[in-house]
Amino acid sequence: MAINKLTVSMSPHDYGKDSVKKIMYGVVIAMIPALLVSVYYFGLDAIRVNLIAIAACVFFEWLFQKVFIKGKLTVVDGSAVVTGMLLAFNVPSNLPWWIIVIGALVSIGIGKMSFGGLGNNPFNPALVGRVFLLISFPVQMTSWPKVSVLNFALTDAQTGATPLAIVKEGLSNGESYSSIMNSMPHSYVDMMVGQIGGSLGEISAAALILGGLYMLFRKIITWHIPVSIIGTVAIFTAILYGINPETYADPMFHLLTGGLMLGAIFMATDMVTSPMTPKGMLVYGFGIGVITVLIRVWGAYPEGVSFAILIMNAVVPLINNWAKPKRFGETIKK
Amino acid sequence: MLKTFPKGGVHPKENKFSAGKPIETIELPKQVSIPIAQHIGAPAQPVVNKGDVVKVGQLIAKSGGFVSANIHSSVSGKVSKIDKILDTSGYKQTCIVIDVEGDEWLETIDKSKDLVANTDVSADEIRTKVLDCGIVGLGGATFPTHVKLSVPPGKTCEHLVINAVECEPYLTADHQIMMEKADEIMVGCKLIQKAIGAKKVLIGIENNKPDAIKHMSGIAKKYENIEVHALKVMYPQGGEKQLIKAVLNREVPSGGLPIDVGCVVQNVGTAFAVYEAVQKNKPLFERVVTVTGKSVAKPCNILARIGTPVNELIEFAGGLPEDTGKVVNGGPMMGKAVSTITVPVTKGTSGVLIFPQESAARPENHNCIRCGRCVSVCPMGLEPYQIKNMAVVKMFEELEKERVLDCIECGSCAYTCPAGVPLLDYIRQGKANLNKILRSKKS
Amino acid sequence: MDIILNTLITLSALGVVLAVILFFVAQKFKVVEDPRIDDVEGCLPGANCGGCGYPGCRGFAEACVKADTLDGMFCPPGGNDVMKSVAGALGMEASEKEPQIAVVRCNGSHEKRRKTTVYDGPSSCAVSHSLYGGDTDCAYGCLGLGDCVEVCTFDAIYIDEESGLPIVDEENCTACGACVKACPKSIIELRNKGKKSRRIYVSCVNHDKGAPAKRACDSACIACNKCVKACPFDAIVVDDFCAYIDFEKCKLCRKCVEECPTGAILELNFPPRKAKVEKEETSEVAN
Repeated sequence: MAINKLTVSMSPHDYGKDSVKKIMYGVVIAMIPALLVSVYYFGLDAIRVNLIAIAACVFFEWLFQKVFIKGKLTVVDGSAVVTGMLLAFNVPSNLPWWIIVIGALVSIGIGKMSFGGLGNNPFNPALVGRVFLLISFPVQMTSWPKVSVLNFALTDAQTGATPLAIVKEGLSNGESYSSIMNSMPHSYVDMMVGQIGGSLGEISAAALILGGLYMLFRKIITWHIPVSIIGTVAIFTAILYGINPETYADPMFHLLTGGLMLGAIFMATDMVTSPMTPKGMLVYGFGIGVITVLIRVWGAYPEGVSFAILIMNAVVPLINNWAKPKRFGETIKK
Repeated sequence: MLKTFPKGGVHPKENKFSAGKPIETIELPKQVSIPIAQHIGAPAQPVVNKGDVVKVGQLIAKSGGFVSANIHSSVSGKVSKIDKILDTSGYKQTCIVIDVEGDEWLETIDKSKDLVANTDVSADEIRTKVLDCGIVGLGGATFPTHVKLSVPPGKTCEHLVINAVECEPYLTADHQIMMEKADEIMVGCKLIQKAIGAKKVLIGIENNKPDAIKHMSGIAKKYENIEVHALKVMYPQGGEKQLIKAVLNREVPSGGLPIDVGCVVQNVGTAFAVYEAVQKNKPLFERVVTVTGKSVAKPCNILARIGTPVNELIEFAGGLPEDTGKVVNGGPMMGKAVSTITVPVTKGTSGVLIFPQESAARPENHNCIRCGRCVSVCPMGLEPYQIKNMAVVKMFEELEKERVLDCIECGSCAYTCPAGVPLLDYIRQGKANLNKILRSKKS
Repeated sequence: MDIILNTLITLSALGVVLAVILFFVAQKFKVVEDPRIDDVEGCLPGANCGGCGYPGCRGFAEACVKADTLDGMFCPPGGNDVMKSVAGALGMEASEKEPQIAVVRCNGSHEKRRKTTVYDGPSSCAVSHSLYGGDTDCAYGCLGLGDCVEVCTFDAIYIDEESGLPIVDEENCTACGACVKACPKSIIELRNKGKKSRRIYVSCVNHDKGAPAKRACDSACIACNKCVKACPFDAIVVDDFCAYIDFEKCKLCRKCVEECPTGAILELNFPPRKAKVEKEETSEVAN
């Protein structure tokens, strides 16, 4: 009987069904609710920014791999698409195309491929690109277009400040928190659904949480990082608010504004740049929460999630070294 | 809430196609090749020569040390040669090749099917019988059983844990033996219990075999101090350390043995073999083998003589499917792929698993994406991704510190890795090399 | 003006204080080292290949200085010249050694040794070796996964695409022995380089009997003993169904090469032979 040559390999011979590709496209699916919200409020601009960012990221990944890394092409694994989308989510919808392309170049080129591609980068590539843009193009990166429902005209929309910036500005001018909030044009419900100024993907807390739940369901992420970040921010700001409600914003405001939800659910949970064990994840999330609040309350920038995540990314190897899993048979001594 | 071990583990698709299929015997092969190294430890020394006529059950190779086992002829006939033949190890090993003539058993073997329930033998007699009959652990590790039955001085054994978990997907040999030979297994348990002086016998069965749990619990009532524990389905619950943790909530210390926490673990198939050895005087020359696979026409459980070429078993199960891409000796998680289907059945062959071509190859290999899943599924609390990296660059001191020697090679890490990193391949490599270094340091 | 003056004074004072501290610290933690170690290290090639058996060139230098004689001390990449200069630096006698080179003793190219299984796993000979005999029927032959290439510090060995076998670059090979240690099948051997780089060796390590060896590979040694009979210098022995040529005894007469029915004996860097009528030879299979 003619049979095929038998394959010989080491055990196990059965494999789980998950793959890098499935995980990456799972993340993309989880980002769709937030993407739809952004299209709803920012119109075609949202699609424009996303398309440019994704195309640029995929192109640069392909280019760098072709030229520098060689070997098997990994563009198809979908990680560049995720990076592109995250980058798009982190910029204002009216950003000129060439700035987006620069952001993608920095994300993929410096943030990822210079370390050897997916899996080797110590920092979240999309955040590297975002922070680079924020520092290099502060004006363009902080002129947030005002939201307008289903406006599909590609005109220069009016710009306005984010809630976080309004509060920061007001507090530094000596106004009290309650009076700022009284003149605040946005309610908490607005913040929940996304009717506020801000980066493309961060505006709607509800859509982001929905995506997070999907990723939890698909077991792409675990609860540890988002919960510890959000919990830390809530508790820390609650303490501050309790000390003096006139100079510190309340916890609900902190949770719903800025990039906290986007950061906690999508950016900090990036597998490559987060710790390996649950214990480490909790510490990592706690660190992000504390640094975020420190920057928001006392720092020069109104928003600090990106910086907090990048700082904690740098500490991840140390956390991994410290947060070892409990070894079997270790506790019992004769 | 069913009991299981607390940390790690995976749950691969069970695919128990041959469940409930009765144990069948197949026609004797024309020729058998019986390897002299079928167990962990020193190979046995052949005591027959070319041309000798042997009977079923006759000793053909004598145990080559304390950790070794006797080997008996599984057929009657003439020794045609003693030669090197490719076996399941992937290498050519010395085998005793016997041409089959008739089926003439040694007169001392009790061939009747009657249950001999009288366990009125001394512990020493049991040990001697087990040693003489060449019993080894039939779960797949093939550790000589008489060694396990000798409790080292200064240690006491409270519990005998019987491993009837069969956590490997596909395999059903243990399941079927429980359904058909429950009484014999109970007597076997009693014998082992006597030999090691254990107070209690605990039988752990996974919940995916409700019929076996019911049947065994019913029969266990007839015997004193035998309990059946239903366990949650979780791989690798059949690892002895995991089983003890699941059943008794005791943790075997790192580098220690079950006896350190007052336990001895035996496979349910071994218990049956001990029964046969002590009560029926029958050496270990046949065992139940599951022949299965997705495209196998007739998945079945076969009582096969040791040394039978695997292809005869496959023939019985409906022949080798045309799309075969891989044949595994053992289960899908810890079994060994064979390079040719003519390898002989050995004492450790719990199953013959046939994979179709499309699932024979491993998943595509990516960079590690540091998702940490290998860490979360490792039942020993190790960090496979790190151990693998250290093994690749040969950092042996660090490997020892990261306790690579604790690894039970269950394959959960490689199973779950979404990037298809060959974790276990390198971990095994590191473990073997470290063991070599430690041994050379000692001497 | 004051600022400049103050700065100057402070910086000078700081400089003096730190210099004093540094001086005392240097005195306190001074390590007296034999200056000859540096001399010896200067003579060595500095490749840190470990071929000498010591951890790097510095380790070797220290060992040389400590040792009473240089017997058994040898730097394979440096060869006799380097050892002579080391001996000169230490005022000792150097032990001469015939120059050696790594030789791959497997001739089972893809063409001659058919694949019988598919190996699916990492590209590492060590891993493949621990799994099974290899993807051909010869359990002794080269696996072709390049562990030897990986460990070579001198770029002296590479896998030939066509045959799938490693090829040693004679220019670069320093006989450091790293590949010998790396090969799990012990195929690579260090042999004397020979006059004008001429070498004859049995390019097979298959210890199977003749028939299975021949079935697995067209150019396997089948232990027919023809070469043993042909050798006028008793340089060839057949042990456990495989011939071996002792390079100390071999006088490079090439008689065995002609005799070998499977072409398992290779000659390197010889001028082409004079045309001769080929004798019909049948391969005799040993039991």
